[in-house]
This record gives sequence, C-alpha cells and structure tokens, in this order.
Amino acid sequence: MVQAVVSLFRKERKRVAAFSCGLQALTLGSEGIVDSLQIPPGAAQRLQELGFVPGARVFAAWSAPGGDPRVYRLDGMEVALRRETAEKILLRNEERSSVVG
Amino acid sequence: MSAEHASGCSDCPLAAPAPRRAARTVAVVGPPNCGKSTLFNRLTGLRQKVGNYPGVTVEKHIGRLAFPGAPDAILIDLPGVYSLTPRSEDERITNDVLHGTVEGIQRPDAILLVLDATSLSRHLVLAASVLALGIPTLVILNMADDLLHRGGSVDLEALARQLGAPVALASAARGEGLEPIREFLGGRLGIPAPVELPSVSDIPRCRQWARQISEDSSYSAPAPPLWTRRLDAMFLHPVAGPVIFLGVILGVFQTIFTAARPLMDGVAALVSISGRWLHAALPPSFLRDLLLEGVWSGVGSVVVFLPQILLLFLFLGILEDSGYLARAAVIADRTMARVGLQGKSFIPLLSAYACAVPAVLATRTIENRRDRIATILIAPFMTCSARLPIYTLVIAAFIPEQAILGPFLGTRAAALIGLYVLGFAAAFGTAILLKSSVLKSERNSFLLEMPVYRWPTVRGLSLRLLDRAKVFLRRAGTVILWVSVGLFLLAHVPTRGGSPVPIAQSVAGTVGRAVEPFIAPLGFDWKIGIGLVTSLAAREVIVATLGTLYGMENGAGGEGLQQAMRHALTPASAVALLVFFAFAMQCMSTVAVVRRETGGWKWPAIQFAYMGALAWGGAFVANRAVTWFLS
Repeated sequence: MVQAVVSLFRKERKRVAAFSCGLQALTLGSEGIVDSLQIPPGAAQRLQELGFVPGARVFAAWSAPGGDPRVYRLDGMEVALRRETAEKILLRNEERSSVVG
Repeated sequence: MSAEHASGCSDCPLAAPAPRRAARTVAVVGPPNCGKSTLFNRLTGLRQKVGNYPGVTVEKHIGRLAFPGAPDAILIDLPGVYSLTPRSEDERITNDVLHGTVEGIQRPDAILLVLDATSLSRHLVLAASVLALGIPTLVILNMADDLLHRGGSVDLEALARQLGAPVALASAARGEGLEPIREFLGGRLGIPAPVELPSVSDIPRCRQWARQISEDSSYSAPAPPLWTRRLDAMFLHPVAGPVIFLGVILGVFQTIFTAARPLMDGVAALVSISGRWLHAALPPSFLRDLLLEGVWSGVGSVVVFLPQILLLFLFLGILEDSGYLARAAVIADRTMARVGLQGKSFIPLLSAYACAVPAVLATRTIENRRDRIATILIAPFMTCSARLPIYTLVIAAFIPEQAILGPFLGTRAAALIGLYVLGFAAAFGTAILLKSSVLKSERNSFLLEMPVYRWPTVRGLSLRLLDRAKVFLRRAGTVILWVSVGLFLLAHVPTRGGSPVPIAQSVAGTVGRAVEPFIAPLGFDWKIGIGLVTSLAAREVIVATLGTLYGMENGAGGEGLQQAMRHALTPASAVALLVFFAFAMQCMSTVAVVRRETGGWKWPAIQFAYMGALAWGGAFVANRAVTWFLS
C-alpha cells in the first residue's frame, strides 16, 4: 500500500519533469534556472526588471493557501507571481535541482 | 512646518531672512520600498507617510532645505520605480518629473538615487538609466545598518569610480550617514563622469553590467534575512497562516471595543466635567447655551472617539510598517481574482479602513486602468474610521455586552465585525458587478515584491498617531464645530415673542421634516434626517448633530446620548441606520478625490448615486427584516 502511494507520487513527479518546464512546475523548496520568457516584450519588461532573465536562479519559496499565487526567491529578494504568469517563465530542463532551505 | 529647520544652521551667519535665492531642484529617485521617503523626511524634517511595502508613496512631495552660502535645495520625493519605463500612474509621475514635463517643476538639477544596499546588484540596474540622464547624481546606498548587520560589505570608492558618480552609505531610518548627502546638496554639483553604460532597453545586458559593477566594487551580499524566513514559514503556512490572520482580525476588533473603553470613558468624563464647570461658571445666557449644547454636546460627543480611532490606526500602522501587509495581499490575491481584481487592489482596500481618500490615491500603483477604477469605486464601502463613532454609539446603545468566546470576543465586537463584513461584502459584490460588465478586462497579472519584515519603531508609530490625532482634532475644531454651531443657531430661529420656537418648527427642524417622508420607510424621524443631511460634510458629524439635538432637549451630553438614542430609535431603525451608514457615500472629500483621480464627474456621480440607492434599499430591507423578526 505504502509502496503504491510512493510510486504514484514518483510517477507524478516524473510527469511534471518530463512535460512541464514552467516555473509553476517547481516544487516548493526547489530551484530552477530561467531559460526564456514566453510573454510579449512589453509585458515581460517588469518581470525582467525584477530579475526573471535567462540564466537567473529562481527558488520556489512559499505559496498562498490554495497554492496560488506563489512567492519566488531570486537575487536575494522575494516576489509573488500568479500561476498563469509563472507558467510562461520557462526553465532550463537539465539544470533543475532540488535544494534544501 | 518649515523644512529649513532641518538643515540645522542655528549658528549660521546669515540670521536675517535672506531674499529667496535661486534654488536647485533635487529629485529623490529609487526602486520601491528602499527608504526614499524616510530619507526625505530625515533631510527636510517633514513627515510624509512611510511604510514597509512597495507603493507607499504615490505622489510627489516637496520640501525645501537651506544651505549657508549655496542655493536652497528643493527636494522632491517621488514614487518608487524599477526603471524609467513607467507602467502605472505613480511611476508616470516620477518619469515626468525626471524629464521636466511637469508644470511648475523644472527639470531636476540633481538627483539623489536611493538604492537598497542589501540588494545592490539588482538595484544597480536602475542606476544605469538614471545616470544616463546626465544629471549630477549622488548614489545613496540606504539601509546600511541592515547590510552591515547581516555581514555584507561594499567598497564605496571602487563603486564611485565604476559609476562615475559619488556614492554614500547611509541609514535613513537611523539617521546615520546623512552628512555626505547634505554636503552634496549644498556643494558644487558635478556632472556624472562619462562611464560606459549599457543600453537601457536591453535589460539582460543591464543586469550583467550591474552584476559586473557590484563584483568590481567587491560587493558581498548580506546573509539572507533569517527572521523574515522564519516569520514567513508561519504567516504563509497553509494552515497556520489563515488561522493567524483570523486571530489577528478578531483581536483587533475586540481591543478596539474593550481596551478603548476606559480611555473613551476618560475623555467623556473630561468633556462632561468641563461642561458642568462651564455651566456653573457662566451666567445663564444664550451664549452659554450655545457653548454647552452646541459646542460641548456636539464636538464633545465626537472627540470621545479619539482613543478608539487612534487604536485602529495603531493596528494599521503595525500592519504597514512590519511588512505583513504585502503577505496579506498575497493571501488575498486568490479571493480578489475571483471578483476580477488582483492582490494589489487589496492594499488600497485595507488602507480604506483608515480613510477612503488615501486609499483612492493608493490605487495609482495598479497598472490596469479598469482595475484601478473598479478599486476606486469599491474602496468607500470599506469601513473607514469616520464610521466608527456612529457604529460604536448605536451598538453600545442597543446591544448588551455578553461574552461569546470568553474574553476574546464579545457581542459588541462581533456586531462591529459584522458591520465590517457587510461593507466588505458590498465592496466585493460591486466589484463582481463592475468587472463582469462596464469594467470588464482580461485577467491581469499580479506581481508584488515581498519586503523584509521590520520591527515597527516606537518613533514611527507615535508619529503616525500624533499626525492622526491632529487631523482628527482639526476636523473636530473646524467642520464639526461649525456644523454644530450652525445647527444650534438654525435650531433656534425663527423666534416667536422673544423666545425660540420648538426645535421641530425651527429652520433646522423644517429641513429635517422635509427629508422625513423619504426616510420614514427606513424608520428614521426628522432628527435623524437632520443628522443625515449634516453628515454629508463628514460621517462623524451625525454623532455631533444628534449630540446637539438631544442635548438641547435634555440638557445632557456624553452619557445621555446613548440613552437618548434608545428613546429615539426602535431596534429595527437602529439596525437600518447602521446599514445606511455602511453603504452610503457621505463624504465630500472622497467625492472630490475620486473626481480628481478619474478625471471627471462621471465616476463620482455614478458612485454617489449607486451607494445612496444601495444605502436606502439596504436600510429599508434591514428595517423590515428586523421588525418582522422581533414581532
């Protein structure tokens, strides 16, 4: 039983890793590296100013009750984003890593 | 208050007032929440509002500093910006001032560029575009205490060399490191040395440049703010977070009711003792009646609420200064999204609990115009502090105090919470209505930077309360005083055979009875009618008006007002009165500021009519429902 749950959990994780590479797919407490912004340049400007530029390391820190919006940490500061915005910030697939704290 | 005092030139040789010399305009520029207004206050001795969340300053503020032997500096505090490409109303103000396109303000002669020393590499991005303006600039690394405390450091000389502009390390909150800033303001201004700046439009390139510069000036970032992490683990916890939020709210209301009580009783006693003393000291005359029944019963019955309102402001101040407000906006975003708004609208709405006027101004940080107008239109539904007097008065008169949750929640606090919820519900209902029809827009993004938690300082909080007390007492001494005196006079004319007619037949009574047919269905008599008319000047005036009217009848004040309310109103009409005040837009200052911010009479007119209709309808239903329930 326990194993079944664990394997279900694993499957879920794998699915996320394989198909989704937006910021919203980061589990809380893990970090990713920004690859690109799938947002028209005008709207992307504020995000870039806040530090969401290619190569930036982003850490998923907190989430509001209900899972949305979430607070991301980058460059020593924290910023809240809605899921729909986070989805459009794509991560580099290979460099995603889980860290503690 | 004059800004000149702040420059501290008590021993300057030019003691005689020198003729106004040409002055330099100096703009204070920087990212949001890096302490620009705190620095501005320190330098000018003024008291602009400061707080710990991005978007406190949404308007330019001007202060003047005098320097012996140098031109005065006209300091302009500006809303925070991330770049010189404005996306919202407040950012546009900063941009316009910097480019010299604002009437009456010349293009700045110098700039104080304030950056947060604890996140230098990020904030230097703004430096690129500000330095590119070619205006003499002093770069101020603020929050130096925070940087050093958390083990960070920076080589100022190297940084100044890299930027081609002087750099100063300061802590505006503690008032440290201000001397170099004053020297810069009073000294010779140098154009920034030509250094190679990246193209401002290429943000990734700018960030690279900023990172390089901070590396070359051996900037070591401070350790992460441990306490902020710990507190967020609690306040943003999926279960504990909302529970704490709710607990705080309940605690606030209970305290407003119970802890304020002894203080309010104290003020009431003071008013009544001084009234009795006056009564004994003055010979019987019309003037004595005017003073006692007009001024003392009228103004006195409002002044009693000062402790309660200060307590409310204390709590709001703690929320704003600590940094919790930004977290509350994140928690509220989902709910706000449901009615078509976003978390940023939550901040003006929360500040509307103090007063709708600054709340309407605070909407300037909302980028989308339709969202902004919707927020402006619903803000006056939030229970502002001017509603507290009438709420407290009616609740205390009609609801007996009983414990619901032991010492944590009583019936009266619960009734008060109910009224706050009612206003909140009206705001939300209206938002849904607006956002699904005339102000429909696409779902907008929500971006909000989380400030580091800070201890609210005793100094900061007491300045807030002091300023608030001044505003309140000034209102009591002007609007409320004049309305009370005017009412007293109107209630005494015309005279018949040397003595005034009964109030009902006086001019004031005639006005009241003219309104009576419209409000009779709500269960209000002509005296409440007079109160509704006078409360158009300001909501709390109704308490003063009723104080004067009932005072003239019974010759009593303060204590007697509750008694008199119980005689004058049925429980059903009392509830109707509360509902009326929850919904009606009886505040001319709000109407004026909405007109200014929306650029015309259209929205304030719609708003006034809508809220008035809702108030009448709501009061009618409430009156009927309670009558039916009690029968």
